[in-house]
Amino acid sequence: MSYNLSNLLYLITIVSFVLALRFLSNPAHARRGNQIGAAGMVLAIVVTWIKVGSTSWWAIALAMLIGGGFGAVAARKVQMTAMPQMVALFNGVGGGAAALIALAELHRVLPEPGAPTVDVSLGITLSALIGSISFAGSMVAFAKLQELIGGRPITYAGQQFVNGGLFIGALGCSIALVSGVQDQWLLWVTILASLAFGVLFVLPIGGADMPVVISLLNAFTGIAVALGGFELQNNLLIVAGMLVGASGTLLTLMMARAMNRSVANVLFGAFGQVSEAAAAVAAGDGGSVRSASAEDVAVMLAYAHKVVFVPGYGLAVAQAQHDVRQLADLLEAKGVEVSYAIHPVAGRMPGHMNVLLAEANVPYPQLKEMDEANPEFSRTDVAVVVGANDVVNPDARNNQGSPIYGMPILNVDDAQTVVVLKRSMNPGFAGIENPLFYNPKTVMLFGDAKASIDQLIADVKPL
Amino acid sequence: MVNIYGYGHNTILVFEVTILVLAIFLGVEVISKVPTLLHTPLMSGTNAIHGVVIVGAMIVLGQPDKSAFTWIVGFAAVVLASANVVGGFVVTDRMLEMFKSRQRPKEPDET
Repeated sequence: MSYNLSNLLYLITIVSFVLALRFLSNPAHARRGNQIGAAGMVLAIVVTWIKVGSTSWWAIALAMLIGGGFGAVAARKVQMTAMPQMVALFNGVGGGAAALIALAELHRVLPEPGAPTVDVSLGITLSALIGSISFAGSMVAFAKLQELIGGRPITYAGQQFVNGGLFIGALGCSIALVSGVQDQWLLWVTILASLAFGVLFVLPIGGADMPVVISLLNAFTGIAVALGGFELQNNLLIVAGMLVGASGTLLTLMMARAMNRSVANVLFGAFGQVSEAAAAVAAGDGGSVRSASAEDVAVMLAYAHKVVFVPGYGLAVAQAQHDVRQLADLLEAKGVEVSYAIHPVAGRMPGHMNVLLAEANVPYPQLKEMDEANPEFSRTDVAVVVGANDVVNPDARNNQGSPIYGMPILNVDDAQTVVVLKRSMNPGFAGIENPLFYNPKTVMLFGDAKASIDQLIADVKPL
Repeated sequence: MVNIYGYGHNTILVFEVTILVLAIFLGVEVISKVPTLLHTPLMSGTNAIHGVVIVGAMIVLGQPDKSAFTWIVGFAAVVLASANVVGGFVVTDRMLEMFKSRQRPKEPDET
C-alpha cells in the first residue's frame, strides 16, 4: 500500500475519532459514536496490517490475540463500580506501549551513521519519558483503587526533592539524546527514572483526588502517543494522541476547578498530611453524634415531601446503586419527590456517580448537578448522604484551617434533616474530620450502605 | 537530511507540529461540548482512542530483519496496545449502553 493511500485511509480513522467524541455530546447518540470510533480503529489496524505486509504477521496476530483477549475479558467481567481502576489499567498499558515503541525505535535508528534527526529523537525521548510516567502512575492508581495498597497519601521527608531529582534526571538524559549523544543507555535511564517518578508521584496522592490524577494520566498517555507519531512520522498517532491529550488536560482542569484547588496543589500537596492538624481542631469542638435506627429513618423518609440522595464513593464500594434506586422508586410511589445531588468530584473519576446511577436506570432529570441542587436543599425534608464525606463537609465553607477550605460543596445541612449512611465514624478517604456528623440536624445510620438501604426498603414498604 | 519523500526533516517536523497544534484546538472544541453526565464515558472513550498506539506497535513488530531485542519489545508493545484498544472500546460501550437504555417510557416526577 502506498504511503499516500495509507495516509488517506488513516484520515478516515481520524475523522471517525472526531465523530466519536462529537457524538458524546448527547447520551442518545453516544453509543453510536463509540461504535464509529471502534470501526475507525479497525480500519487503521487493517491498513497497518497490509502496509506491514507478510513480515512476522503471525507474531502480530498472536500478540493481538493475547492483549485483545485479556482486554475483552477484563472489560466484560469488571463491575461498574470497579470502572475507575479498569480505566486506569487500560490507560497504563497504552502508555507502556508508547514507551516500548520509543525504545525499539531508538534501537533501530541508532546504528545508522549520524545522530537521528531532531524530529525523531525528540519524539522518541519524550514519548518514552511521558509514556513511562503514565504507565507507572496508572499502575499505582490502579493498585490504590483496587485497594492493593492503601488509599491514604504516603509521604516521607524530602519527597519533593526525590521526585524532582528523578524528573530532572530523566529530562537531562532526554536532552542529551536529542542534542546528539548516541547512547542507548541514556534512554534506559530516562525510562527507569520516569517509571520511578511515576510511582512516587502518584503514591502521595489521596484517593479523593483520584479523578484529577486519572484524567491527567489519560492526557499523558495521549501526549505520549502523539509524540510516538513524531518518531514514526505518522499523522494518525499525532492527531488521535493529541485529541486525547487535549481532552484529558481539559478534564483535569475542570476537576481541579470543581475542588477549588490548583492542579499543582492536588499533585504535589500531599493532601491528607496537612489535614491531621486541622482534624484535631475540628474534633475538639465536636458535639455528640446522634445515631438512628433504620425504622426511625424509614418513617422520616416515608412522610417527607422531598428527599435528596447524595451519593459518594461509599455507594460505589457497597454497590448500593440499585438498592438506592429501589428505595427511591418506593418513596416516589408514596408521593415523595426524589432527586439525586451529584458533586462533580464525588467518586474516583470524573462523572463516576452518573455512570453508577445510569446503571441503576435512574432517570436523568432526577440527577441534579451541584449548582442546581444547592438551592433546593432549603426546601428538602431529608437529605440522605450515601457514602459521601468530603463533598458535604461544611468545613469547606467555614473552617479556614481545613485542607478542603474553599471547595464548593453540596449544602446538605440546609435540609431539615440529614441522614448519613456510613460504615463507622472513621474519617473518609482523605482523612478529614467532618463536623456535619456532629450537627444537631444530622442522624447517623451506621452500617454497610447496601445493607442499610435494604433495611430501609423493608421498613418503608409497610408504612 | 532529505528523506525518501523529498522533503527535509525540518519541513516534516513543521508539518507535524502544525497538525499537532490544530489537533489540540480541535480536541478542546469537541470536548467542551460533552455534558458532565458523560464525563466518565468521555474519559474511557478517549482512553480507547489512544489505543491507536497499536498502529505504531504493529509497525515496530512488522519491521523486516529485526533484532531479537526489537522482537521482544515490539511483541510486548502490541500486546499492551491491543489490551488498551479492546478493553477501552468494550468498557466504553458497556457504559454507554446503560445511558442509552434509559429512554424507556417512565415519566420522571418532576414538576
